[in-house]
Amino acid sequence: MNTFADQLLVLVMLINFILLGSSRMTVSIRAVALQGVVLGLLPVLINNFSFHLLLISGGIILAKGVVIPWLLFGAMQRVQIKREVEPFIGYVPTLLLGAVTTALAFVFAARLPLAPEHQGLLIIPSSIATLITGFLVLTTRRKAISQVTGYLVLENGIFIFGLLLTEAMPMMVEAGALLDLIVGIFVMGIVINHISREFSSIDTTRLSALKE
Amino acid sequence: MAAQVMLTPVTLIILGIFLAACSGVPGLFLQRGTGQGQKIATFSLLAGALSASIGAIQVIRTNLTEIYTSGWRLPFGAGELGVDPLSALFLLVIFLVATCAAVYALGYWPAAKNPCTERRLSLFFGLLTASLALLVLARDAITFLMAWEVMAISCYFAMTVESQRTEVRDAGTLYMVATHTATLALFAMFALLQAQTGSFSFPTAHSLNSQTSVAAAIFITACIGFGLKGGLMPLHIWLPSAHASAPSHVSALMSGVLIKTGIYGMIRLLTFFQLPPLWWGIFLLIAGCISAVMGVAFALGQHDLKRLLAYHSIENVGIITIGLGVALIGQATGNIPVTILGIAGSLLHVVNHALFKSLLFLGAGSVIHATGTREIDSLGGLARSMPYTAFYFLLGAAAICGLPPLNGFVSEYLIYLGLFGGITGGTGADIFFLALAAPALALVGGLAVACFIKVYGATFLGHPKTKSPLAAAEGAWQMLAPMGVLTVFCIGIGLVPQLLADFLLAPIAVFAPGQVIGSRGFLTLAPLAWISVLAAVLIALTVLLTGLFLLRCRNMPSHQSVTWDCGYLQTTSRIQYTASSFAEMLVKLLSGVLRPRYQQPQLKAIFSGPASFASHLPEALLDLVIAPFFRSIDERFSLLRRVQHGQLHLYIFYVFATLVALLVWSI
Repeated sequence: MNTFADQLLVLVMLINFILLGSSRMTVSIRAVALQGVVLGLLPVLINNFSFHLLLISGGIILAKGVVIPWLLFGAMQRVQIKREVEPFIGYVPTLLLGAVTTALAFVFAARLPLAPEHQGLLIIPSSIATLITGFLVLTTRRKAISQVTGYLVLENGIFIFGLLLTEAMPMMVEAGALLDLIVGIFVMGIVINHISREFSSIDTTRLSALKE
Repeated sequence: MAAQVMLTPVTLIILGIFLAACSGVPGLFLQRGTGQGQKIATFSLLAGALSASIGAIQVIRTNLTEIYTSGWRLPFGAGELGVDPLSALFLLVIFLVATCAAVYALGYWPAAKNPCTERRLSLFFGLLTASLALLVLARDAITFLMAWEVMAISCYFAMTVESQRTEVRDAGTLYMVATHTATLALFAMFALLQAQTGSFSFPTAHSLNSQTSVAAAIFITACIGFGLKGGLMPLHIWLPSAHASAPSHVSALMSGVLIKTGIYGMIRLLTFFQLPPLWWGIFLLIAGCISAVMGVAFALGQHDLKRLLAYHSIENVGIITIGLGVALIGQATGNIPVTILGIAGSLLHVVNHALFKSLLFLGAGSVIHATGTREIDSLGGLARSMPYTAFYFLLGAAAICGLPPLNGFVSEYLIYLGLFGGITGGTGADIFFLALAAPALALVGGLAVACFIKVYGATFLGHPKTKSPLAAAEGAWQMLAPMGVLTVFCIGIGLVPQLLADFLLAPIAVFAPGQVIGSRGFLTLAPLAWISVLAAVLIALTVLLTGLFLLRCRNMPSHQSVTWDCGYLQTTSRIQYTASSFAEMLVKLLSGVLRPRYQQPQLKAIFSGPASFASHLPEALLDLVIAPFFRSIDERFSLLRRVQHGQLHLYIFYVFATLVALLVWSI
């Protein structure tokens, strides 16, 4: 593990805070895209160079940095929503919560029974911190697009955890996961449109009207 | 050589199942509303039925018993399919009824008039037929359960085609709950079976010890699972509404074949055990008696033509179960003739009921098609406008009542013989129960006659009670021909039952091996040839007496007039016996269990104003026991519903909280 990769992981965690603290959708989407690109670089840096890794990195950067943000911006244009107003929990409290959980993630990671070569790495704590950030965004934001960014961050957290296994993981699994993600975002984009047409709003709390 | 390999009975049967399963698929890609898809589906099903029937007949004639293990491995082991005469008998019934119903659908549910639902119906009808056939071929638990589920679900989609109507949706939901409860019981049963044998394959016949407590648990779970599907009396709640709201040809398949899978499952399970204990037989005998008597009692009070027929299905499953109970008692007491008569009656009644009940449902479908109503009390006088349907329905009604010279009589006769044989040759507790079952069966026959006089009289005779029967006309040939075919089978089995002896002996040998008696022995046990003679005498007498009567009438003066008008100045068609008034006395007699409800006016003055009267026979068990039970559960657990609020964020929060809790707990 080189220090450059560690610094990139710190960057990922900082991006988490941007996501928690920003109310503008454009900023959130760009932040998620940047996080995706950073994560895409990581496999090449951590492991020894191979063609397989290069393909994975290229695919991840293309999907998370280009395709998904493009889809999200498209969805945003169609529903004409720029800001997340009145989340369930305000921006400052969520930022604080994010800070606390990130700190806890470090504590937690230290107590996990890890393989000796994985101890002392930033991968585990940053993965848990990113996961929790995803959950925080998902639970506190109302708008469907923010929810999508929440899912993306959640997936990024899982991806960081997967970095430990890059050697063992076949490319097909990676490719499958990426495809799932893109299809998921695509579907969410359609769902967002339908929510906005049906309820004249993309507030996901309105979905409770569908409950029987 | 290759051709010989290709055309073994088993490949013919598999080909038939495949053709049936795919029959609805081409229609999905053709333009809707043209009817081409429906024609292709029917021809495919016909070809499949022909192929499978040839295979099944060969299996019975050559007494073939084979098991095939699939090359690929399903979860929990390889899939196993097999044939034996018992499966083949059920296959014949399945494909005969399915073919008749499919041809009938061309006239009853034509694509031109139902462009939206026809494709769905054709697809699931084919799938239902195929899964039914696959079910009787399955030789391991997993294949059996898979076929069972495909059957249940395709039946759900076939019966709820008119899903815009609330009653149809409700009936579908009730059916779904019931069928999945049955599946749950079967899961338990197969798990217990696996615990005893160590594999999910069906055990070899007559290999399991039946005296253990595990065997008892298997028997009880099987009674619940197969009883729910078969519609045995306390478990019948789904059956009336499901049969009533399905399209008539689907009702015919459901009543004729689908509920028989419960019987098939029971018989198949019983073949696994050696020497069943006496209480199994007595249990089935009692359950059968309750079903038969209560089924026909509920049928008496119904106003809905198809609901009424559905209750008769419960009655007939009861009769089949009585036969099965007799056979088990015979096995337990070592009385071979009783065993053979019981199982022969049971199997023959499976065939017979499939024939006459699908005939009746198709007849009811024609009536509904022509008049647009299922209410018996708004029909009347249809024999004039629909003579063929009236004739077929009359024969079906006589057959279901067990009247000679039709097929229902033959199977009930066999069961009676079994009962009497058990009583005269019995030794212990079984005599008591057998002696009670015989009058119960007789009571069922009597009530069934009353019920069908009511149906036939109110529907086809008299004058139309409302406007709806006035414009009725006979259906297309596609609707009449299947009914004709079924009628021919009903008459044929009733007139020459001895031809069937060979066909029944091979399946009987599956149930009771080592007790093979040959067709000559069977015919001395059950003098079926005498039935032919008596039937001939009966027909000759009827013809003779009718002829004499007509001859006498010819020379008498005649004039046309209304029937006895009770002193009213002018009779109207409303002053006729209605179905409700005809059954009133019997329903009142049985009101302790039937719980009829009346809405009657309170007459206060001598000349009171217009008033109305209505009677209704609810599904007592469902409305008075099961529904209140679940409603109270619903109320007790209403607090839990606050957790289920539809807020996506909080759902995610639940996941998150669980995850954190698990992580903290793990450290």
